[in-house]
Amino acid sequence: MTETAINPEIQKIRPPRNQWWDVWDQFKTHRGALIGAAFFIFIVLGVFIGPWLWTIDPTYIDIRARNSGPSWAHPMGTDQLGRDTFARMMAGGQVSIAVGLTAMTLSLLLGTAIGVLAGFFRRLDGPLMRFTDLFLALPLLPLLLVIILLFRDSLRAAFGPETGIFILIVFVIGITSWMQTARIVRGDVLALKEREFVLAARSIGTPPRRMITRHILPNVLSPIMVSATLGIATAIITESALSFLGLGFPSDFPTWGRLLYDSTDYLQQYPERVIWPGLAISLTVLSVNYIGDGLRDALDPRIRGR
Amino acid sequence: MFTYTIRRLIISIPTLLFIALVIFLLLEMAPGDPMAQVPLTVPPEVKERMREALGLGDPVHIRFFKWMQQFFIVEPMHLLDGLFGTSFAEGQQRVISWQTRSPVMDIVMQRMPQTLWVVAMSYVVGVLIALPIGIYSAYRQYSIFDQAGTFVSMVGYSVPPFFSGVVVIVIFSVKLGWLPSIYDTTHVVNDWESFVVQLKQMIMPVMVLALQTTAQISRFMRASMLDNLNQDYVRTARAKGLTEAVVVMVHVLRNSMIPVITVIALGVPSIFGGAIITEQIFKVNGLGQLLITAIQANDLPMVQTLTFIFAILIVLFNLIADVLYGILDPRIRYD
Repeated sequence: MTETAINPEIQKIRPPRNQWWDVWDQFKTHRGALIGAAFFIFIVLGVFIGPWLWTIDPTYIDIRARNSGPSWAHPMGTDQLGRDTFARMMAGGQVSIAVGLTAMTLSLLLGTAIGVLAGFFRRLDGPLMRFTDLFLALPLLPLLLVIILLFRDSLRAAFGPETGIFILIVFVIGITSWMQTARIVRGDVLALKEREFVLAARSIGTPPRRMITRHILPNVLSPIMVSATLGIATAIITESALSFLGLGFPSDFPTWGRLLYDSTDYLQQYPERVIWPGLAISLTVLSVNYIGDGLRDALDPRIRGR
Repeated sequence: MFTYTIRRLIISIPTLLFIALVIFLLLEMAPGDPMAQVPLTVPPEVKERMREALGLGDPVHIRFFKWMQQFFIVEPMHLLDGLFGTSFAEGQQRVISWQTRSPVMDIVMQRMPQTLWVVAMSYVVGVLIALPIGIYSAYRQYSIFDQAGTFVSMVGYSVPPFFSGVVVIVIFSVKLGWLPSIYDTTHVVNDWESFVVQLKQMIMPVMVLALQTTAQISRFMRASMLDNLNQDYVRTARAKGLTEAVVVMVHVLRNSMIPVITVIALGVPSIFGGAIITEQIFKVNGLGQLLITAIQANDLPMVQTLTFIFAILIVLFNLIADVLYGILDPRIRYD
């Protein structure tokens, strides 16, 4: 018995819909990603709006209240100089997240530019990819340490201690983490270039500049977004690692890595002090990684809608 | 395959030379002065002579070629002398550390065993834990075990070693007092008692490093197994009546190991670099710790030699990974 009457529900044409709603629908089904996104938004809001509500100055020294445990006056206790750990955590979080976001933006811009150029223009492909391979062959952490050691003083003199180090760290993380993005983007561009719509666009005489911005870039957006989330995670970890090795921000300038490093000296007496910054770094990175995982599924049209 | 290997080896020579040049020029800009520690009472002309004795008097390109010659010709010859008792390197200048005034390579050789013990052991442990986890989570995809494995590897990716290391120190050294928080490198293993002590001090650094390795490798293993489990040859193998164990552990596993082995090979040099932080936490005086102290002491020959050794390892293992891939997968033909 053949069924001729098709279900009217299916036959009704769905109203046109932005593809990002489909992406969101798929993203919603990934529970880890949803929790991760909620947590990341919570952390970002807490870190940037929190200081308006919790008005203790993170640099205020209250020597009488030093080394105190958690209480209502100091929810996370105080450090060896009596500075409020909660306020310092928020101030440190601002720096850590700002470093993560800006370094990620820089490395994405570099990676996308190099990937698109190498994939689109055949003449540039060889040299740019050799250049990428060369960067991949450099031992990055030692070089990071060396570069920071070299330029720290001159940038400090030029922009002041905090801004100088911020620029240096963002720049250094940015120029050492673009290679994966470049490779992925190049691969995708190479595949896209063979598609019919690109041929059609070329046949009506679209100049390369317009071709890239109009046809290529929107189609490589999904791998770029996935590497953006992973980029935030690695940038936050790298910044903390540098601060942990004593080569990051100056000691009176809190970041999560620096707070962790400073509290390891008091590991024996006050082990809980290490936990706060470490937990903040790990949970932020974990939430960002989950967002990336969910985005990868949501942006893949083969998985979407299943 | 052989010609491909040879070609890659030849290409890697200019790459390495270029990397050496980059490292050298970068350090050339270093603001530090090796004479900063010398007392002010030493007259300037004596200082100048000391500077020349360190090889600083020559122009940049001469020093670069000297360093390259010392690294690639004198040091291997010295190694040969040490092995066979010959005297090729007699009277030749070696790469000298500014900190200790002793040859850099000797110090590296002293530090190597500690790094190899801790880092290599952790890599092996990490891989051995990761492979079964990856295989089983792929075989039972979306099961409780798979979900837990995904979560653990996410944690492994997200928790940096400088936090996990500190946490295990707090738990196992400070609170419980089971394990020592500092790795004693002078400890000699000669009987069962001392072996237990060695084992105890190795557990924490090895586990911290192994967590990272496990997270990465188990994800790769799972993805690679999943790719293969749905292939036609697996259905054929089942159809002809092979047991499930043979299908999964022989047919699927052998094919899934191809990309995983290359990933394992690629991870070897990065473990050397990544161990800097772990060595710092547990006070293991290995290569990473040597690099940090050299950077802080402005010991340029040491820093550039160590960084270059890391670069050589990266290039070498990239090559090994590519060649292995070609050997293991007959579909890949480079020629």
